[in-house]
Order: sequence, then C-alpha cells, then structure tokens
Amino acid sequence: MLSKRIIPCLDVRDGRTTKGIKFKNNVDIGDPVAMARHYYEAGADELVFYDITASSDRRNIMIEVVRRVAAAILIPFSVGGGIRNLQDMRDVLLAGAEKVSVNTAAVLDPNLIAAGARDFGSQCIVLGMDVKKVEVSEAIPSGYEMVIHGGRTHMGIDALWWAQEAERLGAGEICLNSIDADGTQAGYELTLTRMISEAVSIPVIASGGAGTPEHLYEVLTTGRADAALIASMVHYGAYTIQEIKDYLHQRGIPVRLHW
Amino acid sequence: MVVIIDYRAGNLTSVVRSLNALGVAGEVTQDPAVVARAERIVFPGVGAAGKAMAILQELRLDQALKAAFDAGVPILGICLGAQVILEYSDENDNTRCLGLLPGRTRALPREPGLKIPHMGWNQVRFLRDHPLFQGLPESAEYYFVHSYYPSPAREDMVLGVTEHGITFPSVMGWRNLVATQFHPEKSGRFGLQLLKNFLAWDGSYAK
Repeated sequence: MLSKRIIPCLDVRDGRTTKGIKFKNNVDIGDPVAMARHYYEAGADELVFYDITASSDRRNIMIEVVRRVAAAILIPFSVGGGIRNLQDMRDVLLAGAEKVSVNTAAVLDPNLIAAGARDFGSQCIVLGMDVKKVEVSEAIPSGYEMVIHGGRTHMGIDALWWAQEAERLGAGEICLNSIDADGTQAGYELTLTRMISEAVSIPVIASGGAGTPEHLYEVLTTGRADAALIASMVHYGAYTIQEIKDYLHQRGIPVRLHW
Repeated sequence: MVVIIDYRAGNLTSVVRSLNALGVAGEVTQDPAVVARAERIVFPGVGAAGKAMAILQELRLDQALKAAFDAGVPILGICLGAQVILEYSDENDNTRCLGLLPGRTRALPREPGLKIPHMGWNQVRFLRDHPLFQGLPESAEYYFVHSYYPSPAREDMVLGVTEHGITFPSVMGWRNLVATQFHPEKSGRFGLQLLKNFLAWDGSYAK
C-alpha cells in the first residue's frame, strides 16, 4: 500500500535557509545541504526547496545548491520559486532535482505546464497553487481563488477549475498551499484540500498550517491529501519526523517507517 | 565498465550519483559501440514508451541492448527501462518495444479515489529468491512514480509485486536481466543496497 509522504519544506534565499533554524537537540544550521542531509537521515520521504532569492544572479546560486543537495541525499526533491520558463526547468532538473514546481508563471502562461510535461515528463511537473478563501461568485464558484504575491494579488481564477485544468495540461502533482492557513500552525485547510484532491486524479500535497501531528492526520484522512508539507513544526524542534510518523502509524495511516 | 544508457529519457544524474556512492564511476553513453563493450548495463529512463523506442531505434541502442542481453551481460532496467524491455506497451497506441522478455506494459487501472500516477513510497513483496534481494528486509519501501506497469507473459519472470489498486509486477528477472518499476537510485539506503547487489551479481539466474 502506498505510504502517505511527509515532506519538509525549506525556504532558501541567496543559498542559505531563511530562518534561524534549530533542530531538536541541535544547533542552528543555515546550510540547505546540511539540512537536506539531516532530514534525509531523519526519515523525510521527499524534500521541497523554495527559492525566494530576489537578486538577478539568483539562479546560479540556487543551481549550485541543487547540485550539492542532489549529491547529499538519495530521496526525491523538488525545487520551486522563480521557475519562469523551460530553460529554468531544464537547469534545475539537470542539476539533479526530480521535480520542478511552477506557480505564478503557470497561472500567467498555462502552456508552460504543457511544454514542461512534453519536454521532461509529467512526473517532473508540480503545480504549486496559492489559494485564498473568498466569497462564492460567478467568477469563483468554488469560493477559493488563485492568488500570487503571498496573497496580495487576486488572479480572478477559480482554484478548483485551475487544478483540473493543470491536470489536463499535464501536471503530475499538485502542491496546494492555503494562504489563509499558512504560518498559523493551526491546522491545514481541510475543506479546500479535500475539494481539490477529490477533483483530480493526480496526487495532492497539502501545505500551510501544520503545527501538530494531529493536523497531518486530519489532512491525510478528512482532507484526502496524498502527502503533507511541514516546515516550522520540525524546523524549530517541536517534533521530529520520527515522532510524526509514529503518531500517524498508531492512528492507522500508512507511512514509511524504515529508512 | 558499468554503462548507463542515455536515450534522452529523463535525468540520469541520480543514477550516476548512486553508483558513485558505491565507488563505481559509470559511463553514460548514447553510443551502441560503448554498450557493446559494457561489462554491466544500467538501463534507466522516465517518460513515454513511444518516444523512448523511437530514440532507441534512432541511436541503434535497441540492437545493442538485444546483443548485450544475448551475450549474458548483467542488465538492470529501471522504471521506463523496466517497461520497454517487454514486447509491447499500451502507452502511445500499442508501441512495439525491445522484446527482451515476452509480455506487455499496461496502464494502471483507474478507479475512484486512486491516484495516478502511482507516486511515492511503497513495499515490494518478494515472490522468489534472487541475488538482487540480498539483505533487503520485507518492510523496506521504494520510490515509485509511474502510470503504466510491466506485465511479463510468464509468471516465473515476476520476482516481486506491489499494490496500488491492483497487485502489479514491480521486480522482474530472467537470465541476466533484472528490472525494477521503482527507482532504486531514489530509494534511500535500501535502494542503494539493491544497486550494490546488482553490481555484485554475476548475471546468472533461472534458465
């Protein structure tokens, strides 16, 4: 039986992880490669790197990080943030990432998904979605709207429609982030996650709001998610991946327990 | 010399790095002459069967692989490489494949609530002993990402099976050929152990 995946997410700026991250029983580490290795050994099923570097030479720095991470771990990882075109995708994949995550660029140019799937295969193409709950309207019948710029810019695109459209275009997976839940550590957006997961046949990674192992249990059962993204709850040492997986296993969720 | 066949079907970086981690350099090639000299062959790949077969034929790697198989060179197929070794694939309208083993590649059946592609970590139930499985516990999981699965015509060619909606062959083996639907190069230390076993294997198994 397919295990539910637990996926730590690392934000990287100028080649360093952004937050002064403190592992449980450990010192602060800002090196994404050391963190990747740590999470690989701690039982992460996959990793997500999100590049938030703003400067123009950002790509070269991130590509070097990707290359070093690829040499340090033997599990899949994806890279998102600033992927604008096929060349950006190619650079990241050739440096050793399994998948690229496209978000804003795909909203602005949906053909990027189709072109990426054609050139590199659907399994490489993750659609990143930033979603905000809004009033139900004619334009947004699901009541969930696509947003960019951390939720400041509304796109006028229905999230449910966009998820199905991206699957049709060739996306192999969806990483679904609730802007409302993001950073709250109060639990995932279960209604949104379930709605999207049931509407597509490709896997859905739930993102935003994880604070306790019970939150993961909820999103992997009620929310119908195939995987759960986690950040602060492990970065700051509140939980280890082992503790999270033990909890989920005890509650009957299939997770990978031996690594 | 361990040769990794490059037929422009996805990224070979992780395969090369895994072999490096085991102290093996590995030569990535598109050249059938290099394949002809190989002592051992890794045949990876992701993507669609139709395009893969067209490129294998264009580069004349199809003949080189058949010759290597006939000559007894140990071969490891991975993912798409575990599919195109069969005779046909349902992908891309009944694609004619290499035919190293009898059988065909089929689509994973779609059913409500079942996610396709089958993506993530899953177990393999070993049905037969094989040197490839040395030191691997039954509880180990391996990383899969695929929408089609290999279905060899003969049951005794199936070494291991995995469940996702249906129970499908996830490891095949016959003579000097072994093949995994999952990615050992992305499957942590158990995947690495399997690669290590392949590198140590003399290529003899079954008839």
